[in-house]
Amino acid sequence: MAQSTLIEAVTDALRHEMRNDDRVVVFGEDVGKKGGVFGATTGIQEEFGDQRCFDTPLSECGIIGAAVGMAVYGIRPIAEIQFLDFIYPAFDQIVSEAAKMRYRSGGEYTCPMVIRTPYGGGIRGGHYHSQSSEAYFCHTPGLKVVIPSTPADAKGLLISSIRDEDPVMFLEPKRSYRSVKGEVPEGEHVVPLGKGRVVREGTDVTVVAYGAMVPVAEKAAEAMQQQGKSVEIIDPRSLVPLDEELILESVRKTGRCVSVYEAPKTCGFGAEIAAIVAEKAIGHLEGPVVRVAGFDTPFPYALEHLYMPDVRRVVAGIEKTFNW
Amino acid sequence: MSSTELLTIIEKDGRAAKDKDPNLSDAELKRLYATMLAARIMDERALALQRQGRIGFYLQALGQEASHVGSAAALRDSDWFFPAYRQPGIPILRGVSFDDLANEWYGNDVDTSKGRQMPVHYSFRSANFVSISSPIGTQITQAAGAGMAARIRGDDTVFMTYFGDGGTSSNDFHSGLNFAGVYKAPVVFVCENNQWAISVPLKGQTASETIAAKAAAYGMPGIRVDGNDVLAVYRVCKEAVERARKGDGPTLVETVTYRMGSHSSSDDAARYRDEAEWESWKQRDPLQRFQRYLTKRGLWSQDWEDERAAAIKEELNAAIKRAEARPKPPLASLFEDVFMNPTPQLREQQRQLESLEGPEADDIGEFPL
Repeated sequence: MAQSTLIEAVTDALRHEMRNDDRVVVFGEDVGKKGGVFGATTGIQEEFGDQRCFDTPLSECGIIGAAVGMAVYGIRPIAEIQFLDFIYPAFDQIVSEAAKMRYRSGGEYTCPMVIRTPYGGGIRGGHYHSQSSEAYFCHTPGLKVVIPSTPADAKGLLISSIRDEDPVMFLEPKRSYRSVKGEVPEGEHVVPLGKGRVVREGTDVTVVAYGAMVPVAEKAAEAMQQQGKSVEIIDPRSLVPLDEELILESVRKTGRCVSVYEAPKTCGFGAEIAAIVAEKAIGHLEGPVVRVAGFDTPFPYALEHLYMPDVRRVVAGIEKTFNW
Repeated sequence: MSSTELLTIIEKDGRAAKDKDPNLSDAELKRLYATMLAARIMDERALALQRQGRIGFYLQALGQEASHVGSAAALRDSDWFFPAYRQPGIPILRGVSFDDLANEWYGNDVDTSKGRQMPVHYSFRSANFVSISSPIGTQITQAAGAGMAARIRGDDTVFMTYFGDGGTSSNDFHSGLNFAGVYKAPVVFVCENNQWAISVPLKGQTASETIAAKAAAYGMPGIRVDGNDVLAVYRVCKEAVERARKGDGPTLVETVTYRMGSHSSSDDAARYRDEAEWESWKQRDPLQRFQRYLTKRGLWSQDWEDERAAAIKEELNAAIKRAEARPKPPLASLFEDVFMNPTPQLREQQRQLESLEGPEADDIGEFPL
């Protein structure tokens, strides 16, 4: 197995599926010759030609509307949105069209497509290159929402997303694109949607984290280890469908739960995790379920380091489950 | 033909200039008329059902029969529609039964869209008629994308998408025409300019002299046609379809017509529209216009019309009776088709609903929209 970065794993998955299935096409702003602003589609147009990998006009509404039409007609579009922050012109197409096509047509028409987009903070991007708005999409029935945290998962989950028969929002933690490296199986590698991963086993407290929050949670777990507290980390990997059982099993064992997410705290996906734990594992809890999240402010620029959950804040959150 | 002139073929007295007449066969002409007639009868009947409280909602296409039937007839059966909600003649033209149409109004257990949408938001895969949604214009970019997909696959399918004058103000109008222009997608964009978007007249929608003129900015032909003249609409669309199929790209067709009814069963156009304007358009009724042409060709008589209308009504009423007698979809269908396979969360929610005891809530669909 070769070591690669998370973004190289994304490219690997695209190439693998484009070789595997000639219905798959990749398009978006600057994805052709340039290979995308982060380089995720590097070499794709070169290998597959400009019919299967092409640049689009600068219109998210057009990119996603066209993708819906393509999927309905029967090819497999993978649309890249340059930053999740820019997706809103396409919101109508995502929530009113892609998400509802199967249901509203009684299953006559379906919309198997992937929207790939980098999300999240930690790159000094200010308001419009940093947001983590996965909750909007999790709140829309009919969409799957997938967020990898490691290169191997990025590859395996993206391949599953492309093969899925329903629309998938594939959110890539841009902060981890090059900072997270790991071994990635060559060739076929599938990670099913809806199956979480135990990142680290522990016995005293469960931390649920996804995307770029996983490495932060790991560092916090190391710090807690010094204090003699054993932290288990669960990465759900797909938020929809969610592997509730894995989370609940862990919380039933540890009796404590901290939910970490970098989105604004109120109504973030981590709040859903807290609600599930409260609803289904209350008898096992030995302390409050704690959310460690971004703040209910627009994403800041100069004070980004204070906004993002970091080791200090995750540690404080974990401690709160013991001392309340 | 241009983006400012208005192409007309059938004159007021029913004559048609020989060089413009598309010369359809007698059978085809009669089929077009019968489809327009069926659409009109169905619209009247369905609105009456709504007024009687038997269906919840309806959207009529009164006065726009030539516009959508004439354009749709220019396609092959293998071609696709990305429709709006005011083209009832298209499914009829493509052989969708009154049963399937009425089942959708009632949202019953045999509705092709399983009772998931309010009336007139049809989905008919058998007719390549893609599921209709309510947000305005969203089908326009989808048609462009489907056209791009056909080109990528090397298919010769042509796509026709419909929207009104209001739809030209949507994001998707701009994005869809722009994408189709850039990729030379085989799409015919049919703007049925019926002069009104609910209560807002055309001049409140755009300062452009015509809608067809907008095509120039997307590098495609824009053609303005008399939307109440079925032959003119057919001819313009036929040419647009041929261009698309040859790989010469998209066309914007503006069919100039008039919404004779209110926006929907929930609207009363008398509150904002001038009676004289309505009267002047009544003189230009697309069915009467076509009748005069057919009469000149010896294809129309009052007896033939009465016979056709009676047959349509009989068939329609029987379909309504059957649709009305069907039950609602089963509980499980509430949870199906969100995804191909239900998530554990959906399965759990279904189990919770199924496990409840006691009587179900009363039907809450009583509020008149």
